[in-house]
Amino acid sequence: MGPDDPLELDGRPAPGRAEISEAGVTLDGWEAVVGLEVHCELKTATKLFCGCRNSFGDEPNTNICPVCLGLPGSLPVLNAAAVEMAMRIGTALNCDIRPSSFHRKNYFYPDMPKDYQISQYDEPINVGGWLDLPDGSRVGIVRAHIEEDTGKTTHLGASGRIHGASSSLVDYNRAGVPLVEIVSEPDIRSAEQARAYAAELRGILVATGASDGRMEEGSMRVDANVSVRRVGSDRLGTRCEVKNLNSLRSLGRAIEYEMRRQVDILASGGSVAQETRHFDEVKGMTVAMRSKEEAFDYRYFPEPDLVPLAPDDSWRTRVAASLGEMPAARRARLVELAANASSGPHLEASLSNQVATVVDLGLDDLVVAAISAGIDPSLALARAANEAAANAEAASGLDPSAFATLLGMEAGGKLSATQAKAVLAEMLAHGGDPETIARAKGFEALGDDELARAVREAVSANPAEWERYQAGEEKLAQFFVGQVMKATRGRADGKAVVAELGRLRG
Amino acid sequence: MSAMGQAGQPASASAIAESVRAGSTSARSVVEAHLAAIDREDPSLHAFLTVLADDARAGADHVDELVSRGEDPGPLAGVPVALKDNLCTRGVPTTCGSRILEGWLPPYDATVVRRLRAAGALIVGKTNLDEFAMGSSTENSAFGPTLNPHDRSRVPGGSSGGSAAAVASGMVPLALGSDTGGSIRQPAAFCGVVGMKPTYGTVSRYGLIAFASSLDQIGPFATSVVDAALLFDVISGHDPHDSTSLDRPGSRLAEANCPDSAQSVEGLRVGLVRELMDGTDDPVAQMLAKAADALSAAGASVEEVSIPELRYALCAYYLIAPAEASSNLARYDGVRYGLRVDAEDLTSMNSATRAAGFGPEVKRRIMLGTYALSAGYYEAYYGKAQRVRTVIADAFAAAYQRLDALVGATAPTTAFSMGAKVEDPLSMYLSDVCTVASNLAGHPAISVPFGTDEAGMPVGVQVLAPALGEAVMLRVASALERASASLPGIPAAGRASTGRASTGDPAPGRAPGQVGEPA
Ligand SMILES: [Zn+2]
Repeated sequence: MGPDDPLELDGRPAPGRAEISEAGVTLDGWEAVVGLEVHCELKTATKLFCGCRNSFGDEPNTNICPVCLGLPGSLPVLNAAAVEMAMRIGTALNCDIRPSSFHRKNYFYPDMPKDYQISQYDEPINVGGWLDLPDGSRVGIVRAHIEEDTGKTTHLGASGRIHGASSSLVDYNRAGVPLVEIVSEPDIRSAEQARAYAAELRGILVATGASDGRMEEGSMRVDANVSVRRVGSDRLGTRCEVKNLNSLRSLGRAIEYEMRRQVDILASGGSVAQETRHFDEVKGMTVAMRSKEEAFDYRYFPEPDLVPLAPDDSWRTRVAASLGEMPAARRARLVELAANASSGPHLEASLSNQVATVVDLGLDDLVVAAISAGIDPSLALARAANEAAANAEAASGLDPSAFATLLGMEAGGKLSATQAKAVLAEMLAHGGDPETIARAKGFEALGDDELARAVREAVSANPAEWERYQAGEEKLAQFFVGQVMKATRGRADGKAVVAELGRLRG
Repeated sequence: MSAMGQAGQPASASAIAESVRAGSTSARSVVEAHLAAIDREDPSLHAFLTVLADDARAGADHVDELVSRGEDPGPLAGVPVALKDNLCTRGVPTTCGSRILEGWLPPYDATVVRRLRAAGALIVGKTNLDEFAMGSSTENSAFGPTLNPHDRSRVPGGSSGGSAAAVASGMVPLALGSDTGGSIRQPAAFCGVVGMKPTYGTVSRYGLIAFASSLDQIGPFATSVVDAALLFDVISGHDPHDSTSLDRPGSRLAEANCPDSAQSVEGLRVGLVRELMDGTDDPVAQMLAKAADALSAAGASVEEVSIPELRYALCAYYLIAPAEASSNLARYDGVRYGLRVDAEDLTSMNSATRAAGFGPEVKRRIMLGTYALSAGYYEAYYGKAQRVRTVIADAFAAAYQRLDALVGATAPTTAFSMGAKVEDPLSMYLSDVCTVASNLAGHPAISVPFGTDEAGMPVGVQVLAPALGEAVMLRVASALERASASLPGIPAAGRASTGRASTGDPAPGRAPGQVGEPA
């Protein structure tokens, strides 16, 4: 289907719909039906409708102007960079990019300067896509539309909520920051799958360059629509919308709690009330916020201050062409590369987790460079997924060839594992090339004689342990490795110590 | 004494600008004469909410300095201009005629204000209006009504009544208003001046405090068609701050409508629209007939046409405008600026502020608009009104297949008495029956003074044209203006102070008189 043929989309069956995932958790014959709404802040330089800086963590109310403060007489002008990022997200999620328009969503709230939010309503820019999860399941995407963010209110007083607050402070730096809201089909069947979806989506958002996907900072915010039904039923139950999910962990816990709650109600003959619920992270439970009857009437109507948006074919083509590889493709590429280069079977077990971590953090270039330089994939993946990942922000700025050089020194026995980790830590903290750092730290791998001497000294200093080791107590090898490490201040290579112990045992 | 006004100053905007640019008259003397007129006239008219005497004097001195240095001070050099008080002016109160904005000082200038300053115009003050431009008599201002300069027992029309009265009384040669459903044209007709609503999008709305965003348009008040064109030339053109703004239609319109060189209407096809004549008072109907004859005599082919769809315009307008207003006015919630009435909690503070800050007509329209957009009613009201809007635009388009311009009444009556319609909103809304269709279609329209009723109150004739058809519209308007000179009892625009119209001067703005005798 081409971009010139948008009508056909309506008749297309949503991919992956009504398939019960194998991962679906059932509670006594019940299953969850979950759809996620993900709000993602776009990393544009400026806000959606004005030229103010889009920047997190600045002094409150410094990035503001008449437009994003909604001052009388001000008018919005759409930021083309935000549109382009939304198109990148839509393309990455296999959506159709359509002519779209903006509406006003009207409700009173002090952190919303105009007391309406400009959002896309019945004509969103991205329609009907899908997202494939690492486990092979597919979640349909209903839409991914553009809207503006609100300001941020801090309620002073005991509760921290608006009720009972003694006063409230509003920071409008975030007001007018561009958002894309990504709405999934209710294709998700478990808390685990919901987390996998959110994680995969985050990876895609980061890969498109549209967002930094930080849930804790609120640049990616997830709401879950949860209902339950008997396994095998194709009817949808009454759903509750769960808000305040600030991490993947909270998302999983909230869905599990909400499933349990709804199943308990239904199993005892009750009925679930349609309502919005707040996830209390401390208590690990969801609490009713407002019922369907209390829901706002948003009085949507077309935003008269903006003109319809219709990206032309050449713009869409340009966006699609500029999009890099998405995480799934990068994972597949890394797995293939590792498998081709790998000799030992020990690689497989931890491989997929490490590949996922490396791709998630955008450190694939390090691993690719190392493997291409002939480094064993298991070593390259381990250093990238563990030591480099521990300081991912610095690692993403690491020179891949320096990383490969370091691992070459380790693999060639010039550095012990411990020394290699120390050099890597230094490279991440202050930069520099591994050889210089190793020299500066006085790191020289132990010569064979020196190592053998250190092992013999450890053996003679610990005769009881040596006896037990000789009797076959293998775990004592680690004890001796520890002793040798201590004596050589980490310069010994653990594997070489074990080999020397074996030789001494005869 | 032709074209001479305040204390021997040139009276028309064109004449002032020409004279100041030539160095024959100082901008400072122009502004002093007009400030004196404001001192003299405004206490009994209440056209101004704020007078910016010091700013205007400083601006005038700057213009004079530019002239003395041989630099071009701009096409409106030294011309005093009044602004409707819903146009944002940096650091100057901008009230919208409402208590809810009392004390608020905008941190920015509207685009039209910036363009006026850049053109050398002198902003002398902010004029009264119906609160948030909602009304047809300027009686809805929270700061008291403006009076009609021709008869102080009557209304000046609205909502831009202050701007219309300021020009009609000679306090300023030019003013800006805003027209959402007739708010420039109807007061222009009531006060006997020219009032023009340009094509939607030709004048940036950035800095115009919104009433109904898809209908609002800023436009000029002037004592002549050429002066209106001159002001339009300055304020129109694309503005990157307004997504709905367009490029300027055609070339400079002032030159084309200069009385000496004005193009004739010969060969133009003009439709006299039955729906814009039906139900008008006799004096208005009589003047319309004369206007049709005058256009025929000038060489246009004039025929009566019917556009039945226009009958639905008023109903559609009074759904769409309040719906948009209900959203546009939500921001006045006491949180960020303007009035705040403290209360127990946030929601009560919002309610108390809005209850105290808005007047009854604004509240009425917010309620109407909120209802029209509500779940379950949207399709029946707002949705249907939008479809009617399309039908009206299509009907106009069909008419313009055969016709170059349309003519009708601006308002069904001449200025009515103060208080006559205050208690009856529906009859007040009917004042807009001839003007709202142009706003719904986004088309330009202009009201030109054309004779008076038996009490001497001005009658306005309205000329309508298709989108971006300002040039042809102004040609027809200029022809009517020329013809009106021969009518008995021509409205005495600015007569009290300028003495210009009382001499029957047929073409204001023709020759820039340098020094003349005091009127
Ligand atoms: Zn801003």
